[in-house]
Formats: sequence, structure tokens, C-alpha cells
Amino acid sequence: MTLPRSLILGTFLSVLFLGAALLSFVWTPYDIQTLSIPSRLQTPSLTHWLGTDQLGRDILSMIMMGARTSIAVALLAVGIGMGLGVPLGLLAAARRGSLLDELIMRGNDLIFAFPSLVIAILITAVFGASAMNAIVAIGIFNIPVFARLTRGAALSLWSRDFILAARVSGKSATRISVEHILPNIANLMIVQGTIQFSLGILAEAALSYIGLGAQPPTASWGRMLADAQTLASIAPHVALMPGLAIVFMVLGLNLMGDGLRDLLDPRLQVART
Amino acid sequence: MKHLTALILASSTALFATAAAADQTNIRVAMQLEPPNLDPTAGAAQAVDSVVYSNIFEGLTRFMSDGSVVPGLAESWEISDDGLVYTFHLRSGVTFHDGSTMDAEDVKFSLDRARAEDSTNAQKALFAGITDVTVVDPLTVQITLGEPNGAMLFNLAWGDAVIVAPESIADAATHPIGTGAFMFDNWVQGDHIDIVRNPNYWGTPAALESATFRFISDPTAAFAAMMAEDVDVFVGFPAPENLPQFEADPRFQVLVGNTEGETILAMNNAQAPFDNVLVREAVAHAIDRQAVIDGAMYGIGTPIGTHFAPHNPDYVDLTALSAYDPDRSRELLAEAGFPDGFTTTLKLPPPSYARRGGEIIASQLRAVGINAEIENQEWAQWLENTFRGYDFGMTIVSHTEPMDIGIYANPEYYFQYDNPDFQALMTTLTSTTDPEERSNLLAQAQTMIAEDYVVGFLFELAVPTVARAGIEGLWLNQPTAAIDLTGVSWP
Repeated sequence: MTLPRSLILGTFLSVLFLGAALLSFVWTPYDIQTLSIPSRLQTPSLTHWLGTDQLGRDILSMIMMGARTSIAVALLAVGIGMGLGVPLGLLAAARRGSLLDELIMRGNDLIFAFPSLVIAILITAVFGASAMNAIVAIGIFNIPVFARLTRGAALSLWSRDFILAARVSGKSATRISVEHILPNIANLMIVQGTIQFSLGILAEAALSYIGLGAQPPTASWGRMLADAQTLASIAPHVALMPGLAIVFMVLGLNLMGDGLRDLLDPRLQVART
Repeated sequence: MKHLTALILASSTALFATAAAADQTNIRVAMQLEPPNLDPTAGAAQAVDSVVYSNIFEGLTRFMSDGSVVPGLAESWEISDDGLVYTFHLRSGVTFHDGSTMDAEDVKFSLDRARAEDSTNAQKALFAGITDVTVVDPLTVQITLGEPNGAMLFNLAWGDAVIVAPESIADAATHPIGTGAFMFDNWVQGDHIDIVRNPNYWGTPAALESATFRFISDPTAAFAAMMAEDVDVFVGFPAPENLPQFEADPRFQVLVGNTEGETILAMNNAQAPFDNVLVREAVAHAIDRQAVIDGAMYGIGTPIGTHFAPHNPDYVDLTALSAYDPDRSRELLAEAGFPDGFTTTLKLPPPSYARRGGEIIASQLRAVGINAEIENQEWAQWLENTFRGYDFGMTIVSHTEPMDIGIYANPEYYFQYDNPDFQALMTTLTSTTDPEERSNLLAQAQTMIAEDYVVGFLFELAVPTVARAGIEGLWLNQPTAAIDLTGVSWP
């Protein structure tokens, strides 16, 4: 079978940014900690491929460092969401109909009911603006997403014959959840994880844009955008570059997520054959 | 279709034309911050004075744009030979906007109220030397001082020393009533304040019939409002990077004036390692002022080497004492016991001189081994934790009060510089009236804080005003926070 085109393009874009982020640990074209006011606001050239910003820093280097921040924040936030959401969802499904199930799911509804960005702003405003608090804030809002999805998918499995067989053989609900249910919903989680990852990148950019994300001198795409705002009419490339970085990163992840779903979802596979 | 477009274009041009014609007697002025109230005698916020100084309220003396002090409500005055008694002769026929007469009783009331024990005046120190205010006759008032004060006429020109009436002061926060050329009309909180011409003004009446103050804090919105001609004047335009565009546009004029704003990198003198003068000197040598001015302010601003306005005749240029010299800085750090540098905090309030300047300074400090962790704070947070709570290593702020070198004599002031010699010098200065001797003392004071490297002296803040071409009479400089519209006119 052939791989979906969206998966190839999406993976290419995602790997490109991931590679840039990893590369930034060992090398960037220029040191972004060193400012050079006289060479600020240069347009893209051979020496500075994407130009320089308002403090004379190389924008390509800034975007590479910013990719690191974005990916780290989004990855950890999705990690928190998955790490807590999936077990909660499994537990709710195993104890379906019980008071515990109600508690977990209504708790999730409660978090879900708030506009996520508003609460993220509240959290960072109370505990201070930092990359760590941004991770926690975005992470909390990933919990109900994964918990709901897990519970829904797990519930439909609990009525299947192979689970019934496992129960008859005397396996505990915990063992069944871990050994039989989890592997069967893993595909779904990977797809959802990719989508949430792209939302995490957007959320980090939004928080940084309003000054509540990573603080300077840590590079961040959102803050690059905010700093470039008043320069839009003088040096549009300073705003354009981080903007495009956000667009392509999010686009790449979404295409990859779509492609993965096409590839992994058994129902769609049946439909294709 | 073409006709329709032409029609729309024609009618909109006509609309604009009428709007512009009607504008000739009204002016729309924008500034960044909205005042929290409109009583200049009860609040510290500069934005209050921006709206009311000279427009609505007047004092016995007043500042002109060049910083000189000229007669205000007092027509003339005599000072006794010992410098202790000031006799002010008030102008006759001055009325408040509510119709009541302004006389010596109002002056006594205003000054007594400002210097009272329970006064909420933000600048009580201005009146500290006054021991008595007596009414001689309705147009003559005598102010007696405990000891001579060479700065008395200057002090009385401040927005905090304006003359108010006992009948109307209670509502001044929302409905100010003064003696100025404009009367308060309307305040839609969060949006705008309207003032209208005072038909009964004692002096030259204002050329404008009315004025509207609008508040635009976002630099991008400020740029858009100006470009779209939604406002006619922007005092303290927040994005210096956009000034060349306005200069190149024949629709606008740009005035870059000086202020009394000494912008400093304050260091917490009571806290290690900044209690060590060697460390403070190292910080001073690590900073490239010109790079900060160019990077944060796009070149507008004058480097300073001490806490004094460069346009003041008594200014001493001490910038060489803290010249940019990273090697010297590293040596000093090693000498102070920090060969590998140290880590501290850099708290930054919202203005762009602080946010952008902070990023540049942090980078310069990193070059000599000092790791300054940046924390951006909102004003309320900065006032609470940094200014009043002393919780900071370093911070950047502009001190816009005129002649405020005296803050270094207050050991409780946020940077906590405690030097008895300097405090004694300030006491001597206050009681000295001889101009030459005062210049001499001021020079000593400037040198003392510069040699002690109390803070990093960065630059004198410049204030850019962007206005529609042809508008005349705007203040170029800001000797005090004020948008004086009394002499402003359209061509």
C-alpha cells in the first residue's frame, strides 16, 4: 500500500523543525545571545538567510532556538495530558457507571468548560510567567481531551468478546486495561497526540505573544511576533518569519496527524479495501 | 459599477473634507495612559498632570516648555532679604470655572491642605519648608519658610501645587474645577476626556474651542490611529521606530523634546552583591549606553553619567566615569571576589525603554559574566514588589520628576542608597539660596553619586510628539508632565 501524501508532507515539515530544534543544541548560524544593534533589521541576504531582527540577531538562529522552546513546551504539555488523561480514562471505563466514573468525567467536564487560553493566562498570571508554568497550564487542558477519548474508546472494547474471555479467565480490571485495552487504543492516542501537539505549539506561541510564556533571552516564536509588531511597516520580514514558522509547524503536525489516522484507523482501512 | 465607486469616493472625500474643516477649533490629543483620577493634588500619576496642568488648574507660578518658571496666578512677588518670607500679589479678576472668585483665601486653603499632616499630596516634600501661609488682603498672600529655600518658586510651579477652591475640591477626582483656560466637560472612563474653552479666562483665551484626550497604550494601535488621522496629536508616542515614517510623511510633524526623565539601571544597594561599590562599578562599565539608546529608543535620548538632566545649566558631564569598558568590568568583578560573575534578577516594567533596554543590558552584562534573569512585570506588580517591596537585584525605570536628585538622600527609597555625606549635602543645598553656591553644591552631589556608582546611569528620556502638520504651540520639551493646550492652534 502507498503512504498517504499528507503523511509524507506533514512528516517532512515536522521533522524539518524537529531537526532544526535538535541542531540548535550544538550549532546555530549565529549566537543569539550576542546583540549587534548596528546590523539590525537587515533584509534576508546570503549572510543572514532570513535577515536580522530589531536587536541585530540572526532570525534563522532565533527560529531554530524558538523551535526548541515550542517543541519542548508542547511535548511536555502533551506528556502531562496523556500521562494523566489516559489512566483516568481507563479507570473510568473500567468502573463505568460507578460514582468514581462520574467524578472523573464531571471533573473533566469542569476543566473542559473553561476556555483553555483564559485559564492558561490565569495560571501564568498567578504563578508568574515562565516556560514551566506555560507547560503546566497547557498540560492541564490536555487531560480531559485524552481522558474522554480513552474512556469512549475503552468502553466500546469492554463489550467485545476477547475482553469477555479475559474476564472469564480471571484477569483483574487493571490487567485487562493495561494488557488488552491500552494496546488497542494506542493508535488513536498517537493520532490525537499529534493534533494536541500542534495545538500546544499554538498555545505556547499565544502565551508568549502576550508575554506570559518563556521569558527573554529564551527565544520564542510568539514573542518574536510580538516584538516585531510595530516594525511591520518598516521591516515586515521580522514578523513574517516567525509567523511562517508557526504556520508551517502547525500545518505539518496536522497533516501528519491526518495521515497517521488514515494509516492507522482500522475502520478507514476497511473502507479503503 | 465604476460610477458607483467614483460616487463613493467623491462622497467620502467630501465627508473627510468637512470633518477636517470642523476640526479647526477642536483637537484630538492621544496619550498612552489614562489618568486614574483628575485631582493633581491627591495622586502621583503623571497622566493626571498631562491632562489638567495649565489647561484646567494653575498654580502661583508655572513652568514653560523650556523649563523656566514664570508668573502664574501670582502676578508678581517679593522675597524678604533673609529669604524667609515670600509675598505674592495675585492677579485680579480670576474666577474658578464654577464662577466663584479666586483670592488669597483659596491660596491659603490649597497650600495648607497640601502640607497638612493628613495630606494625600504625592509631593508633600515640596511644601515641607513652609511654616505659615497668611492672607494679607484678598489679592496678597504671604508664605513664611522655616529656613531659606532656593527652590521655592520652582516648587510652587509643580502640578501638585496648583490652587484649588474649598467648595469644589471634594469632587476634583471626577469633576475638576480650576482657573485654567479650559473647563472640564466630560469623562467617559476607559475612552476619552473632553475639555472646552473657558469663556471667562483671566488671560489670553485659548485658540481652540475644545479638546479631547484619548488613551492608546498599544504601540501598534498608536501608529494606526495616527496614520488614519483618528487623532491629531500624540504626546509621548510609544514606538520610536515609527518616527522616521511620520517625518517622511508631509501630513505630520515630529517633535523630539527632552524630559526630566533620568533613565537608570537601579541596583539594590542594600543587597549583596550590589552593596559592594566594586560590583556596581563593574556593572556601570559593562553597559554600552549608546547601544541601549540606539537599540531601545532608536537613537533618541542623551547619555547621562549622573542623575541630572543634561539640558540643565548645572549639569556635569560624568559619563566618562562609567565609560563602556568590559575588560575593566571583568577586572573589577574579579577584584570584588566574583571572577566568574554572579546571577541576579532584572525586573522590567512595561515601557519599551525598560523592556527592550533590559534585553540589551542583560546581553551586555552576560558578556562580562553577570547573568541577569529578566522578569517582565506590570506596573502594579512592579510598584508592589520592586519599588515598595525591595524584591529585586536590578531594575530599569525613568525618573521623570524635575530636579529629583534628592531621592538619593532617602535611604528608604527603593535602591536604598544610604550615604550620610550625601544626605548632609542635600540638607545644605535646600537651605542655600545663593545661585552660585547652589550650582557648586549640585555639582558636588552629582559627582558623589556618580563616583559611588549608586545605579547605572543610562540616558535622559526623550519625548517624541507626533502631530498633524501645521498645528502650532505644542510643548517641545516636558519640564513636567503636561500637555498644555492653552497656546495650541491650527494653521
